[in-house]
Amino acid sequence: MSAPPPVEARGLVKTYGEIVAVDHVDLTVEPGDVFGYLGPNGAGKTTLLRMLLGLIRPNAGAARLFGRDPIVDGAKALDGVAGFVEGPRFYPYLSGRQNLRLLAAYDDPDSRPRIEEVLEVVELRDRAKDRVGGYSHGMRQRLGIAAALLRQPRLLLLDEPTTGLDPAGMRDMRDLVRRLAGEGITILLSSHLLNEVEELCNRVAIIRKGSTVYEGALGDLLATATSGYRLRAADPERARLVCLAHSGVEDVQLEGAELRFKADEQAVAALSIALGQARIGVTALVPETASLEELFLGLTGGDSADHDKEAVA
Amino acid sequence: MISAVARVYRWEIAKLLAQKRTYLGLGSAIVVPIIFVVVLVLQSGGPNDVPLGRYIRDTGLAVPFVVLFFMSIWGFPLITALVAGDIVASESHNGTLKTILTRSRERGEVFAGKVLASVSYTLAVVFAMGIVGVVAGSIAWGFHPLTSLSGTKVSAPHGLALLAASLAVYVFPLVGIAAFGLLLSTVTRNSAASVVGTLMWALLMQLLGVLPGTESFRAYLLGTQFEAWHGFLRTPADWAPVIRAIWVCALYIAAPLSAAYLVFLRRDVAGE
Repeated sequence: MSAPPPVEARGLVKTYGEIVAVDHVDLTVEPGDVFGYLGPNGAGKTTLLRMLLGLIRPNAGAARLFGRDPIVDGAKALDGVAGFVEGPRFYPYLSGRQNLRLLAAYDDPDSRPRIEEVLEVVELRDRAKDRVGGYSHGMRQRLGIAAALLRQPRLLLLDEPTTGLDPAGMRDMRDLVRRLAGEGITILLSSHLLNEVEELCNRVAIIRKGSTVYEGALGDLLATATSGYRLRAADPERARLVCLAHSGVEDVQLEGAELRFKADEQAVAALSIALGQARIGVTALVPETASLEELFLGLTGGDSADHDKEAVA
Repeated sequence: MISAVARVYRWEIAKLLAQKRTYLGLGSAIVVPIIFVVVLVLQSGGPNDVPLGRYIRDTGLAVPFVVLFFMSIWGFPLITALVAGDIVASESHNGTLKTILTRSRERGEVFAGKVLASVSYTLAVVFAMGIVGVVAGSIAWGFHPLTSLSGTKVSAPHGLALLAASLAVYVFPLVGIAAFGLLLSTVTRNSAASVVGTLMWALLMQLLGVLPGTESFRAYLLGTQFEAWHGFLRTPADWAPVIRAIWVCALYIAAPLSAAYLVFLRRDVAGE
């Protein structure tokens, strides 16, 4: 029997009154994945992560981490698991180091010697003696990662780890995630930042209003999106007529000096010959690939007003 | 399990020691007997109507007993509520509850640590008042034998032992108030509401004790148990009010604490 996957959720439902925050979500994260859980704000990403960590009880369905259900097995289900939801939170009146000591005591006293090591990893050693109340948002995020690493996790659950960070902070956080993934830690990362997911993740689930609308490899998702071709020709009007007459070329539209159409590769190859025979000079013939952003907007129906702004950033 | 609770408890104490409200409560418990002694040194007359009030200038040992009476109405309940009402709610509010509940401790262990810390704080404030009261009173009037409620003289060392026993039995109803505070703290997730609600509940218990028509059940009200120590100061000692205080308070402690425990085990820990 193969080992149970790091994350396996089946039919998870969470409702708040009449609002269905998470609606029958299935999710599997395999060992070594950097899994992007992608959705607009309010799509239920944080609620799902809370259920995975046992912080809230699902109304239906079950979540298992390495085969253990946090509702049934309690804290034991979190062995080898670490992370945070909605941003890491610490005691503001204790120093960064004291906060980690407290958490080490809550874990396993043997982890205490590792405190300096994890502070070093997140580059917080110089400020570790200061009270967390005086930390910047970025420093708290880094302390959150340090607190997670203290558990020597095999699975990291990170809820929007770069949200609220400045560009340099975002870059550092992503470098850190990439490095941890390189060390073999499985990572489930929620985000509404498409470029982040594209940069870091090998697999994604896209959710909308609590339901999964896509789950699979990021490459497969992008491959489905080769939607058509763009053609620039010396004589666009005549080129349009050639396209219209050509079998296998559909949805031909002239937009300014550019033609757009849908066709498979064979039809496009034949079309280029036909254009040459018609003595129409071709200056560009390129496949049009939808960006993850376009796919995302298509799948989520453009739910959130702020995601497209962020996605471009 | 026990070592896990001990670790949680140790850090609950560390957290209390790092928070201002702890010192506000502890400071009040220390300052009240000092103010009391200073005022009585500067003024003539005294609290002649309260138990041992007439003998307050005879010995420093009488001071904590008299202060116990005055602080039972709202002083100690407020000081207790300040911490017990906050101990879960502030963690909900700050989001640190989810931080500690995603580590390796079971919810029951975390809850037990918080209960023990609340009880320790209650013990600390009562005994701090007692010690400071004796010291301040002894500086003013000396450390002399104490006149008991039966009018007999009790040697100073014996009086000190009676004070320790009295403070210990006085802690029981206070822990009852702390248990109610913990329940509100767990259920409301709002520190201010829990502190005020706990104080209101303590005042209601006191009010019921003085209203006419409550005589039949007065002995079983939480507020009444603040007088149980009187039993120790009779000759011979009257154990009946002490024993009643212990079992009555046990009920007042067990009921809200069990409810709080069940809520804490099952509650959703989500953004506040």
